[in-house]
Amino acid sequence: MSDVSVDAKKSAPDKGPGDNTRRRFLTVATSVVGAVGVAGAAVPFIASWNPSAKAKAAGADVEVDISNIEPGQLIRVMWRSKPVWIVRRPPEMLDSLSDHAELLKDPESEAEQQPPFAKNPYRSLKEEYLVLVGICTHLGCSPQYLKNGAFEEIVQGVENGFFCPCHGSKFDMAGRVFQNVPAPLNLVVPPYQYVNDNTIIIGSTAQEA
Amino acid sequence: MNGFLSWIEARIPLMRVANMHAIQYPAPRNMNFWYVFGFLATIVLVNQIITGIWLTMNYVPTAEGAFASVEYIMREIDYGWIIRYMHSTGASAFFIVVYMHMFRGMIYGSYQKPRELLWVFGMFIYLALMAEAFMGYVLPWGQMSYWGAQVIVSLFGAIPVIGPDLVIWLQGDYVISGATLNRFFALHVIALPLVIVILVFLHIIALHEVGSNNPDGVAIKHKKGSLSESEKTPYKIHEYYTEKYDIADDVVPFFPHIVLKDLVAFCIFLAAFTYIMFFAPEMGGKFLEHPNFEIANQLKTPEHIFPVWYFTPFYAILKAVPDKLFGVLAMFGAIAALFAMPWIDRGRVRSWRYRCGLHKVNLLLFAVVFVFLGYLGGTPQENWKIIASQIATVLYFGFFIALFLYSKNENTKPVPARIPR
Repeated sequence: MSDVSVDAKKSAPDKGPGDNTRRRFLTVATSVVGAVGVAGAAVPFIASWNPSAKAKAAGADVEVDISNIEPGQLIRVMWRSKPVWIVRRPPEMLDSLSDHAELLKDPESEAEQQPPFAKNPYRSLKEEYLVLVGICTHLGCSPQYLKNGAFEEIVQGVENGFFCPCHGSKFDMAGRVFQNVPAPLNLVVPPYQYVNDNTIIIGSTAQEA
Repeated sequence: MNGFLSWIEARIPLMRVANMHAIQYPAPRNMNFWYVFGFLATIVLVNQIITGIWLTMNYVPTAEGAFASVEYIMREIDYGWIIRYMHSTGASAFFIVVYMHMFRGMIYGSYQKPRELLWVFGMFIYLALMAEAFMGYVLPWGQMSYWGAQVIVSLFGAIPVIGPDLVIWLQGDYVISGATLNRFFALHVIALPLVIVILVFLHIIALHEVGSNNPDGVAIKHKKGSLSESEKTPYKIHEYYTEKYDIADDVVPFFPHIVLKDLVAFCIFLAAFTYIMFFAPEMGGKFLEHPNFEIANQLKTPEHIFPVWYFTPFYAILKAVPDKLFGVLAMFGAIAALFAMPWIDRGRVRSWRYRCGLHKVNLLLFAVVFVFLGYLGGTPQENWKIIASQIATVLYFGFFIALFLYSKNENTKPVPARIPR
């Protein structure tokens, strides 16, 4: 018995094509299983880079009382650690929005930078209140609010607007980007809804809620 | 003593490797001052690793604690300030010597056949070094740390389709936050230093396989049996090289000849380095930018955002292109073009000493354009600079295009068979 098994071992490497097929099968099978294992083991390492449950919770909706905003005033609130601006636009500011459409890249808000409800000339749910994520669409700086004619120095004939000090991008009082600046898109309008006339919730729209 | 050494040698090839890769390594005898920067880069790498280890002993990698812990290191740890300034000055010094090292490679054609992989490994080191420096600059969590990270990370947002999700994945949050700081710390302190050390090892192994180039671009290794005894080097060169080739009388052993030359350079370097470290560690806001002495504030963007000086040439290219995606592509293309140098240059003559006048002009213009782009990318935006940076960007890429065109049928001078005496 033992003699036979020794013989079999000795001659194994020189055996015919049948044995090589089995060997190749084992090599391929081991490689495939190994590759699947590596891919599976990579999942936790890659997925652990996603926002944690804590970060997601911190990204929850924010409720804002807007009853105390003066006409022309801008308030900032934090939503997902981003500055969100709420501006109460007086009627003359709203009227002037249609005066400079030819200077804008996307006056009709064709690019999806806003929830569907804000795809209107004012880019807002209610005309009076503008809600924007205050981060430049170029490289993420926060633009400055220039009002009461201060914006005239940046764009002649436009009294109010937003100017990004980093690379000179310009936006009007609906967050629409002017031509010939580095920012490619209008400022983002976050999803939001009115709970009542004095309170808005930033982070979800009426349909979702 | 000899018994002990041979006991060791029988178990691990200590002296054999030292002789092969350092002491009896054949170095061309016409190596000039341009050849000290590789050695200096190694010295700076060691400096960064040692001071970095000491900094981690007191640094706190959280959004709440990072800024305060750096101030603590600066003000309350004994000699903490000197360790931090060695590290921060070292970062800038690293790029100075690496840029000199790269320009040396370009003027003497050290990327040409058979040194393509040597050049590519070097470029990978440069790439890893940029990632390492970028993440390191985020760690103090000052205003420029934060907003610089914001700008760089949002570059990935320009990638179509997956861009926005990729940015959130990289940040680990919806904005740059403590989660981002934590992972940058891990990458800066563990992952990238390991990668850099491994790449440096490969760079040196590749160098010693193909041999050092020299200012004349003349081969020092000749086919076995092609040199007479009087033409061969009289110095003791390791068998690893003499077995395969005849080594011409154009070389000196690395030790002591090259080591001593490098040590002189090291002394000069150290004088300059310590002067900056003691008297101008901020370098007028170029090495450590002034807004970074203010803690990161998510709601307030600094008036001007610049990366540190060593990134500004590429930043100027990014800003020169009015479209975001194409701007990012141009910026990465500028680095990719350097990677492709061995294949863009179709010439057979290495050193600019024997190449056409146009090549010399092209190289010098490239250096000037690179520095000028650095100036444009590191100073506040003005109207004339937009046009200037666009012209400079065209010239930057023009260098590679021109090189590709004229190098095919270039009018070169005859290259001597041996290093001229």
